[in-house]
Amino acid sequence: MSMTAAHQINAGFMPLFDSAVLVAASELGFAAREGIDLTLHRETSWANIRDRIAIGHFDLAHMLGPMPLACNLGLTPLASETIVPFSLGLGGNCVTISNAVWAGMAAHGAEPDLDPARAGAALLALIRERVATGRDPLRFAVTHPHSGHNYELRYWLAACGIDPEREIEIVIVPPPFMADALATGRIDGYCVGEPWNSASVAAGTGHIVTVKAQIWRNSPEKVIGARKAWANENPEALAALLRALHHSARWCQDPANRGELAAVMAQPGFLGLPPAVQMPILTGHLQLGGGAERTIDDFFLPFDKAANFPWKSHALWFYTQMVRWGHVAHTPENLAVARDCYRPDLYRSALRPLGVALPGANSKVEGALKTATPVGATGAGLVLGPDGFFDGQIFDPDEVDTYIAGQKSAEIQG
Amino acid sequence: MVRSSLAVLVIDENRIRASIIEAGLREAGHQQVTVIHDVSGIARRIAEIEPDVIVIDLENPNRDMLENMFQLSRAVKRPIAMFVDRSDQASIEAAVDAGVSAYVVDGLRQERVKPILDMAVSRFNAFSRMARELEEVRGELESRKVIDRAKGILMKSRGLSEEAAYTLLRKTAMNQNRKISDIAQSLVTTAGLLGPAEDE
Repeated sequence: MSMTAAHQINAGFMPLFDSAVLVAASELGFAAREGIDLTLHRETSWANIRDRIAIGHFDLAHMLGPMPLACNLGLTPLASETIVPFSLGLGGNCVTISNAVWAGMAAHGAEPDLDPARAGAALLALIRERVATGRDPLRFAVTHPHSGHNYELRYWLAACGIDPEREIEIVIVPPPFMADALATGRIDGYCVGEPWNSASVAAGTGHIVTVKAQIWRNSPEKVIGARKAWANENPEALAALLRALHHSARWCQDPANRGELAAVMAQPGFLGLPPAVQMPILTGHLQLGGGAERTIDDFFLPFDKAANFPWKSHALWFYTQMVRWGHVAHTPENLAVARDCYRPDLYRSALRPLGVALPGANSKVEGALKTATPVGATGAGLVLGPDGFFDGQIFDPDEVDTYIAGQKSAEIQG
Repeated sequence: MVRSSLAVLVIDENRIRASIIEAGLREAGHQQVTVIHDVSGIARRIAEIEPDVIVIDLENPNRDMLENMFQLSRAVKRPIAMFVDRSDQASIEAAVDAGVSAYVVDGLRQERVKPILDMAVSRFNAFSRMARELEEVRGELESRKVIDRAKGILMKSRGLSEEAAYTLLRKTAMNQNRKISDIAQSLVTTAGLLGPAEDE
C-alpha cells in the first residue's frame, strides 16, 4: 500500500466545538484512509478564514452557514465564489442572559424550561417596562452578522413581538469573550455555540433561556465552504474529503466515542478546553443556571437526521433572513445566487458509492415535520425531523416571495 | 511638498510591532497616527479620530467585530471598507501573508492608501524576522546555560577541569551525532532525576 496521499487539502477552522467533524477527520485517520493529506489551520476570525480562502491559502474551511451566501452575494470584501457541499451539523447554540435580566424576566413569568415563546413573552414585558422607566435598550451579542446565531436570535425576538432593530442593540463579540462581556455588564445577553453558554452558567453569571434546537429544531449551523474554483479543478479530492467527513461525522455522533472526541478537541491546537466542558454539547444535558437543568432532544447533531446534507432550503431560509434584516436586496438574481450556493448534488455523488441513505430531494419544506419521520431515500434508514419552528411557521422554499413578504409585515408591530 | 493629511489608526495588541509601524508612518510623513492596543471603547475613539485608514493585525480576534462596526453608520460617521485593490492581487496576498489588513473610508483613492499598506506589510515582515531572530538568540542563550550546567555536573561528579568536561560533552555529541546542547540537556535532566541536585 502506498503511503503517499493522493490529495493535499488545506482547511481552515475556528476553535469551536462544531469543527469536530473536520478535526476528527484529520486526527482519527478518516481523511488518510481516503487518500487525503488534510492539513488543518486554526484561525482567529471568520474574516481571516474568508481572506485565506480567497487568496488560496485554504481550499475549504469550517464556516458559518450563511457566510458562503454572503460571499457569493458580494456582501464581503475579498469574496471568492464559495460552495457548500457538506453541513457540519444541526443545532448547538443557546441564548444566555445576565442574572439581572433573568430576574427581570422571572418577574414577568419566565420559567427555567427553555420554552422560546414563554421566555420571549417575559423578555418583551421586561423590555416594555424598561422603556417606560427610561432605561437603555438591552444589548445582545452574536458572533458575526452573517451567522445562524444572528438570524435565529432575531427570528426568536421578532416572533415574540420584539423588534431587534429598535428595541434592543445587537453587537459582535468573539465567542471566547462572550462570558466575560456578560459578567462585566458590557452586554446583557448573547447567542453563541457551546461551551460559551455553559461557561456563564458555571461561573454563576448567566442563565440559558432558550436554545437553537427549540427555536428551530434540527436547523443548520456550520458548514464546509469550499472555493468553487478549487472544487471544480479537484472533484476527486473533494469527493474523497466528503466521504472522509461522512465517516468522521458518524463516528462523532456515536455516544461511545464522546470521551475520545472530547479528548481530541481538548488539545491546545483545537478547542484547547478541558473535556468536561464539552459534555453539555455532546450529551444535550445543560445546566441552565440557578440549579435548573434540562436534557434537550436533538441539541447538537453532527450526523443523525441527515445533518450533513446541504439542503438548499437551509440556504434559502438564511437568504430570507438576510433580506429581512436589510443585509441584501431581494432580486431574482440574488435569489438565484442563494439557490446555487449549497450543493447537494456534490454530496450525493460523493457518497453514492458508499450505499448509504441519501435524501432524494434537494430542498424540503422546513417546519412541516411534527415528528421524526422515515423518508423515501436511496439506501435505507433515513429519518428526518421533527423540524418545527417554535412559532409554528412553515418555510416553503418554493414560496420565497410570499415568505419574505409575510415576515416583514406580520411580526413587527410597535 | 504637501504633506499627506491622512489620519491613520493602527490597531495592534502587540505594542512593539505597533510602535514600529507608527515610526514608519511618521518617517513617511504621516503626522496623524494613533495607535490602539485594546479595542474596548473603540467606537468612541474612531468617532473622535475620524481615521482615513485603519491598519489591523490579522491575529486580532476582534476583527469580525471591527469589520461589522465599520459598516454601521451608527458607530462610525463615514463607512469604512476593507482596502482591496482588485487589480493588484499580489499586494493582497502580501498583506495576508504578512498578517495585516487595511480598511479605508469610503471614497479614498487607491494610490493614496497603497503606500500605507505597503509600509505596514514591510514593517510586519520586518517584525516577524526580528521576532524569529530574537527566538534564535534566546535559544542560543538557553543552550549555553544548559552546557554550563552540564559542565558543572561533570566537573563535580568526575573531578574534571572545565576544559575536560567540555571536551567530554563534545566527544559524546559527535559520537552520537547530536548537538552538544542536546547532550547537555540529557545530562542535566538525568542528574536532576538521580539527584542530589548539582546546585546543592
